Amino acid sequence: MTTKFFGEPVRRREDARLIIGQGRYLDDIGSGAYAAAFVRSPYAHARVLDIDVSAAMDVEGLLAIYTYEDLTGPLAEPLPVLIPHPQLTAPRTGYPLVKDVAQHVGEPIVMVVATDRYIAEDAAGLIEISYEELPVVVGVDAAEAAEHTVHDDVPDNIAARHHQETGDVEAALAASAHTFSFTQYFERSASMPMEGKGVHARWDDADSSLRVYSSTQASTSVRAAIAAKLELSMEKVEVIAPDVGGGFGVKIVHPWPEELLVPMAARRLGHEVKWTEDRREHFISSAHERQQRQEITVGYDDDGRITALDVLVWHDNGAYTPYGIIVPINTATQLCGPYDIPVYRARVNSVYTNTVIVTPYRGAGRPQGTFAMERTMDRIAQERGIDRALVRERNLIQPDQFPYDWGLTFQDGRPLIYDSGDYPAMMAKLKVLVDWDGFAARRAEAEARGKLLGIGMAPYVEGTGPGPYEGAHVQVLGSGKVLVSTGLTSQGQGHETVFAQLAAAELGVPLEDVVVTTGDTRRFGYAVGTFASRAAVVSGNAVALAARGVKEKALRIAAEVLEADPADLEIDEGLVQVKGTPGASIPLRTVAVLSNPLRYAFDEAARQATQFSGPGDDSKPPVAVGDAPGLEHTDYYSPLRSTFASGAHAVVVEIDPATWEIAIEQYAVVHDCGTIINPMIVEGQVHGGVAQGVGGALYERMAYDRDGQLTNASFMDFLMPYSSEVPDVDIDHQSTPSPLNELGIKGAGEAGVIPGSAAIASAIEDAVGRRIAAMPISPTELYDLVRSDAERVTNSSPHDSGAMA
Amino acid sequence: MTEVRTERSISVVVNGVPREATVPVRWLLSDALRHEFGLTGTHVGCEHGVCGSCTVLVDGQPTRSCLVLAVQVDGREVTTVEGLSRSDHQGGQVLHPIQEAFRECHALQCGFCTPGFLTTIAAGLDARDPSVEITEEEVDELVGGNLCRCTGYANIKKACRHAAATMRDEAAR
Repeated sequence: MTTKFFGEPVRRREDARLIIGQGRYLDDIGSGAYAAAFVRSPYAHARVLDIDVSAAMDVEGLLAIYTYEDLTGPLAEPLPVLIPHPQLTAPRTGYPLVKDVAQHVGEPIVMVVATDRYIAEDAAGLIEISYEELPVVVGVDAAEAAEHTVHDDVPDNIAARHHQETGDVEAALAASAHTFSFTQYFERSASMPMEGKGVHARWDDADSSLRVYSSTQASTSVRAAIAAKLELSMEKVEVIAPDVGGGFGVKIVHPWPEELLVPMAARRLGHEVKWTEDRREHFISSAHERQQRQEITVGYDDDGRITALDVLVWHDNGAYTPYGIIVPINTATQLCGPYDIPVYRARVNSVYTNTVIVTPYRGAGRPQGTFAMERTMDRIAQERGIDRALVRERNLIQPDQFPYDWGLTFQDGRPLIYDSGDYPAMMAKLKVLVDWDGFAARRAEAEARGKLLGIGMAPYVEGTGPGPYEGAHVQVLGSGKVLVSTGLTSQGQGHETVFAQLAAAELGVPLEDVVVTTGDTRRFGYAVGTFASRAAVVSGNAVALAARGVKEKALRIAAEVLEADPADLEIDEGLVQVKGTPGASIPLRTVAVLSNPLRYAFDEAARQATQFSGPGDDSKPPVAVGDAPGLEHTDYYSPLRSTFASGAHAVVVEIDPATWEIAIEQYAVVHDCGTIINPMIVEGQVHGGVAQGVGGALYERMAYDRDGQLTNASFMDFLMPYSSEVPDVDIDHQSTPSPLNELGIKGAGEAGVIPGSAAIASAIEDAVGRRIAAMPISPTELYDLVRSDAERVTNSSPHDSGAMA
Repeated sequence: MTEVRTERSISVVVNGVPREATVPVRWLLSDALRHEFGLTGTHVGCEHGVCGSCTVLVDGQPTRSCLVLAVQVDGREVTTVEGLSRSDHQGGQVLHPIQEAFRECHALQCGFCTPGFLTTIAAGLDARDPSVEITEEEVDELVGGNLCRCTGYANIKKACRHAAATMRDEAAR
């Protein structure tokens, strides 16, 4: 592979259309489509007694009203449990439309189709539904108490008891020099992409086939789900993810009810149908994440080295478990981060509540795990009077311990083995970047101004690039254009650019000759999806392998023409040439033409490949046995297991003791995602992740009241950060390539968000000297905290001697 | 009882082109732009005026097109992201410096909020004296009213500075 393009901050290919308003997002498709709207449950837990549609029937422009009674065959069955797990002993999923009992505010009960969205909503507003309200369960504490149940047949509200351990934690705790236990809370937030979900379906009656556009992270699996639920053969369904306005996890869940109902309506009505989610719908019917109560017990020695760690997590999974227990597994298995912990036990009880489902949001259980681990580290440092950085350094996995086998099972069902990393170097870089050791002077300076300054840090390890696989198809056309396609989808990560970089580097062609297609089942049918920071790792390696296959074939064909050994050939700027012999060359586009022996000269280039165009070898068939026409290759990359990226964040906060406003003065990131394909894009991912981490730490929460009403279901009330809330980010890179894949890549997508709450909590605690035991935290909550009898804490400075330091 | 008029005809200059349309009176400006005029570059992110994705220029002023009824722009000029490019004075069109800067500085990821940022910032940059170096306060003001969930804003602010510098160079020529 040439190094050109690989590792360069190449400008994005996708931007040319997006900066002039020529993107094609879901709602930009199908201007003549009928519009769907939904009547959703206004109650968190209620039995549907009667649905009266009579008043709606007179609305001019109404086309159809569907309730559960109108669903047939597999559509009338519960939605799939996408990721079954033996410890998910009581999985429950909803129906596309509520059959009997609505389990959260926002669950769809009736679908209305009309000539436009206004009319559909007019009709929806006239549908009268009578309900019997049922007792509501909100929050993990109420779920655990199980005074009321979400699902009648799950009396303890527990969907799953996920349990993993590396040894006898109780014995190890008993043998530890010191132990303590504590409980803390982490609140709900949500992916909240700027574009909500949406589905457009077009039924072709003559062909009995369906084309569906969905704002999804998993078009191939949406296709399979639609085929199964609508009882269509796979070849009659195509699903395309167009430009998608952000995902961050919420669009990996599928099939959403609307992804089945909109195609169903299109087929029944024989007309295009579209549904575009509005913002309130997104708040009350699309997935949330993150609420947990964590009960932690740790054992450690005089130096602050951990000897045993035991965590019991109560995890709120909302009303249903379509995505299995991926989030609980991530919390359980990623909690220990970069630390060498001899004996560890994680138990996660995943519980039902009458709230929106909980499925991965960028980070997917890791921010909570990191919060648990890092708050534990701070407490150990405080108990032992050791600098917080030092206690972390003493517990780090050392470079010579890789591969580091935890003896646990990761979210991909494979062993949790850290493949590579250099955590001591990472922490050393972070301390320099944030000037950890010089902080005392900054604090003193702030105090002189009447402000409280605090510093915190939090490293993490993130399992990225899980399998099972991704594939890619690379084809060189007679025009010289190089087509690259992969089934994995894009939501703004710049895949068109990085996959083009990889293909161009492998093939030796100009970047502008490469055209990348993602998430279109017409072009590539086998894929898993975009989640878990896996696109660059899994599809990236597949693209490289497919391009290499094309190159091999190109060199073989060119070698015949040039009468040279393929090993002596190279491709540069789209020209296949004999190394060191200028002039002995053939354009790659000509090789593409020659690769396909022709009878018909449909254009000028094709003439070269027709049957009378030149001397052939009469002893062999035009296409050799085992060969295929065309200059193309399909290949797959299936990782042995996940690769583990890492990083560390440090934060300085300044708090105004008059208002208790929390301002981030400095945010420092050291980031290691192995080999980098495009540093500009990686830094963009880190910036965006940090902003979401800051949002989750200081502003965002899903404010459910006791009745299960989401009281802040709008951008006025759910406080996503504007630029005024996001600090400048200082980034330092470290590159520890993964030994698991040839390109050495680790994932980068989620990293930025993971340690935000942990690091910011640490900094606030350091500033105010009071225990922070729940995140997010607002100025009002901080004000209340410092006036309460909350535990007082003192951190040691790096220059204090500390126990055994 | 007076008859309720549910539709009205409007005349609007959209991206420099006079347009006539008959639209339901309850339609938002964003509806008319997207569904009547086919200008889907204006994106609707929240429908309550908070995110700014749908920002267009009405008589040159940044305006949330989800908070304005289509009939309210009767007789006015509307500029959308599709209309930000400018004449190159040689018969062609060139992108606004902020559009170029967004690409140059990686100021967009998913691109959904981008049109709202571009219209807002373009109007702000066009209204200031290009020969004066832009301040951080100005940048914060230009960027501060719109939501982006992807970029963390750092590169959007960088793009503002980059575009302002380009316009300063142009002004100096």
